[in-house]
Amino acid sequence: MNWILKMFQSSLGQKLLMALTGLFLISFLLVHCGINALIFFNDGGEMFNKGAEFMGTNFLIRAVEIFLFAGIILHAVQGFSLTFKNQKARPIKYAVNNGNANSKWYSRSMGLLGTLLLMFLIIHLRHFWVVSRFTDEITSGKETLFNEMKEVFENPWVVFIYVLAMISLAYHLLHGFQSSFQTLGLNHKRYTPIIRVLGICFSIVIPTIFALMPIAIHFDFIK
Amino acid sequence: MKILKLHKEVISNLNPQKKRNSMSGNMNIKLKVWRQKNSNSKGELVNYKVSEVSPDMSFLEMFDMLNETLINEKKEPIAFDHDCREGICGMCSMFINGRPHGPNDAVTTCQLHMRSFKDGDTIVVEPWRASAFPILKDLIVDRSSFDRIISAGGFISVNTGNAQDANCLPIGKNEADESFAAAACIGCGACVAACKNSSAMLFVSAKVSQLALLPQGKPERHQRVLNMVAQMDSEGFGACTNTGACEAECPKEISLSNIARMNREYLSAKLCSEIE
Repeated sequence: MNWILKMFQSSLGQKLLMALTGLFLISFLLVHCGINALIFFNDGGEMFNKGAEFMGTNFLIRAVEIFLFAGIILHAVQGFSLTFKNQKARPIKYAVNNGNANSKWYSRSMGLLGTLLLMFLIIHLRHFWVVSRFTDEITSGKETLFNEMKEVFENPWVVFIYVLAMISLAYHLLHGFQSSFQTLGLNHKRYTPIIRVLGICFSIVIPTIFALMPIAIHFDFIK
Repeated sequence: MKILKLHKEVISNLNPQKKRNSMSGNMNIKLKVWRQKNSNSKGELVNYKVSEVSPDMSFLEMFDMLNETLINEKKEPIAFDHDCREGICGMCSMFINGRPHGPNDAVTTCQLHMRSFKDGDTIVVEPWRASAFPILKDLIVDRSSFDRIISAGGFISVNTGNAQDANCLPIGKNEADESFAAAACIGCGACVAACKNSSAMLFVSAKVSQLALLPQGKPERHQRVLNMVAQMDSEGFGACTNTGACEAECPKEISLSNIARMNREYLSAKLCSEIE
């Protein structure tokens, strides 16, 4: 087992872990977005509540939830560790550095974007996950998750924070999606262009759908 | 269009009238250069003025001119690395206006000419900055960390004795081409200088790829990648964020696909070999 620990301590191993957890979190986003998009049926949240109940009570889903949290924590811890190590590799910065001449700003700001997303995640979990898991409001049938959404998104500041977070997510994914394949060693002139296009589509479509949820509920497009 | 433009440029260069004009079209350049006595002292950017700079001069020749003036004034000349001055040795290393080897793509500093700048420009020149490349003096950094990475695995073992017949080892055309492209790396360190993490991944991956692609490099491929990555980490280079800055700034246009290949080599060495 020692070799695994040793491997994930090297710079390549740490990046490998970032790529694997990143791709796992990307697959989660797809499921999360699919279930939440049920609110767009505009049926008073009936379909959405059914979906949420299934996700909340299914044993398999609950078991995967543990891996999900492990994935988020691992991704964040490794991300911070790498960011600090990388900053140590250049203690004195350049007086003039024209980074935009050779790379995209968001690819150089993954640590910052990730920190913003972690902060958002804490707020987001407090809004919905804590309420649905650790209070009996929803399990007792007093309240539905859809009504909880309507309540939370009444506040325009919350909507603003959610939209801002989704912009961060879009840029984080725009680099992270294709970067994870490169880290896994999957770079080939035959399929890398496909991965790039897929990555761009994913990072635009998924965050946009997510961002439309608080907006639609706040402005009563969905009742 | 590009060819037409290039053609016009060549014609205008041949025109003697034009040539005379360009002689009188010498430039005055302002420089901000990093001066640092030795690795322990604190450095600073110092202002200089260089007048009558010919646009046909290379960037290093402009520095030679400045240094001659400094020597005549009994001042310490600026220390900078250079050797072949034809873009193949990898010695020159200046971070010019925020980019390694200056504003042009795919050239080293010695192949950068003053015609890439305008009269009256202020040019900021700094050394490569990385904790694995400590500054020795002014613009000279110690790149022996690269040598130690090569010593760790950037070689093949060959039996002594008579040389083998040429072409007795068949090598696929694609592999040979890819290996050659990776072998074009001159080890200048621009990839480290450009990377926000001071990562040496492009350099190390080029060296790993060059040998891993060829039959001669196959016997030691697993040990090689493990040793070279371990040495790279212990030298204090950062990790790879895949920003692509290294590839964009590389004077030899080494491809990012080498980094993916090294990731594969590393993973396969860890998962398939018995090496600890």
